[in-house]
Amino acid sequence: MTSLSPSPQPPAPSATIVPSPVSPAPRRPSLAELFITFATISLSGFGGVLAWSRRMMVEERRWLTAEQFNETYALCSFLPGGNILNFAVIFGQRLRGPLGSLVAIAGLMGPPMLLIMMIGAIYAHYGDLPVLRRMLTGVASAAAGLMMATVAKMARPLFRNRAVTGPLVAIATFVAIGIMQWPLPLVLAVIVPVSIAAAWVRL
Amino acid sequence: MKADAGTILTLAGYFAVLSLFTIGGGNSAVPEMHRFSVEVQHWLTDRQFADTFALAQLTPGPNLIIVTLIGYHVAGIAGALVTTLAMCGPTGLFAFFVGRASDRFQGSAWHTALSRGLVPVTLGLTASSAAVIVTTLDFSWVAAVVTLATALTAYFVRIHPLWAFAAAALLGAAGLM
Repeated sequence: MTSLSPSPQPPAPSATIVPSPVSPAPRRPSLAELFITFATISLSGFGGVLAWSRRMMVEERRWLTAEQFNETYALCSFLPGGNILNFAVIFGQRLRGPLGSLVAIAGLMGPPMLLIMMIGAIYAHYGDLPVLRRMLTGVASAAAGLMMATVAKMARPLFRNRAVTGPLVAIATFVAIGIMQWPLPLVLAVIVPVSIAAAWVRL
Repeated sequence: MKADAGTILTLAGYFAVLSLFTIGGGNSAVPEMHRFSVEVQHWLTDRQFADTFALAQLTPGPNLIIVTLIGYHVAGIAGALVTTLAMCGPTGLFAFFVGRASDRFQGSAWHTALSRGLVPVTLGLTASSAAVIVTTLDFSWVAAVVTLATALTAYFVRIHPLWAFAAAALLGAAGLM
């Protein structure tokens, strides 16, 4: 759900221990381990996959230190596309080259793809059942509420900042996409350069 | 649901382009997916789109798994595969090459400006996604209350999304939506 932006840290009790700053993984994980790890992250990830990927990478497998994880994730969140997908590509590549990227992506996308196609087949048959429709309406309503909470959390630091460009850009984007429903590429082609230029001026 | 080559090509081309404009995670592209698949192509009705979104939320994995389900709905298994590949391929390649070069620009000024500049845009896009989902649902007071109650709860306390979904689905099953 809240895979957008650096959300608050997941509840990570053991992360605070940090035994040693030494590089965590002298041993290179195999392709099979890569696949299984990303499949596990993917299938455990209901509330956004970020929390789970941190837990696997940093705490359980110790393939990355907390700092390395943050740096890699920061890079992934400003690249286009799904953040966790970019993470899988970059992480897989660092460990095992191009094949590592492919295997990590396959682990991440393969299992949920199979699952959702089965769900799609069931929906194609039973989607018109009134009870199912009402349940899905409930889920969509709740999901919209969760997104609103994410928006409010992201907006807090932005609107507290003295600079007005951040809030202006956010509101303009909302009006253009959420209300006017203009095509995304056109809107981004205008608003992203403006927003980056404003951030650049304030550096 | 029958897949013809033209539809598959449209799916591939559209989602390949869309992937490059997806910033801040899969959910921020939801309004654009709605605009194209409901308003422009008439592949899905508003209700089917809202259902698709709900089903994707219930499936574990990355948020952008929603594109697999849209592809499946439009053109079956072939559509699901092509759409997912189109959504992952171009950005995957991009990330691959940037990831290789990334050590060189960690912490540089434009890197900071880029990530700071994208935050408010992502915020506006996420707000748009919530708005589009709310407007595609058939309006009911119970649904509106569920949305607001979930928003307030999730803002003030950390809740697992599945609990919110389960509670809302139960209200729906009880005939309240």
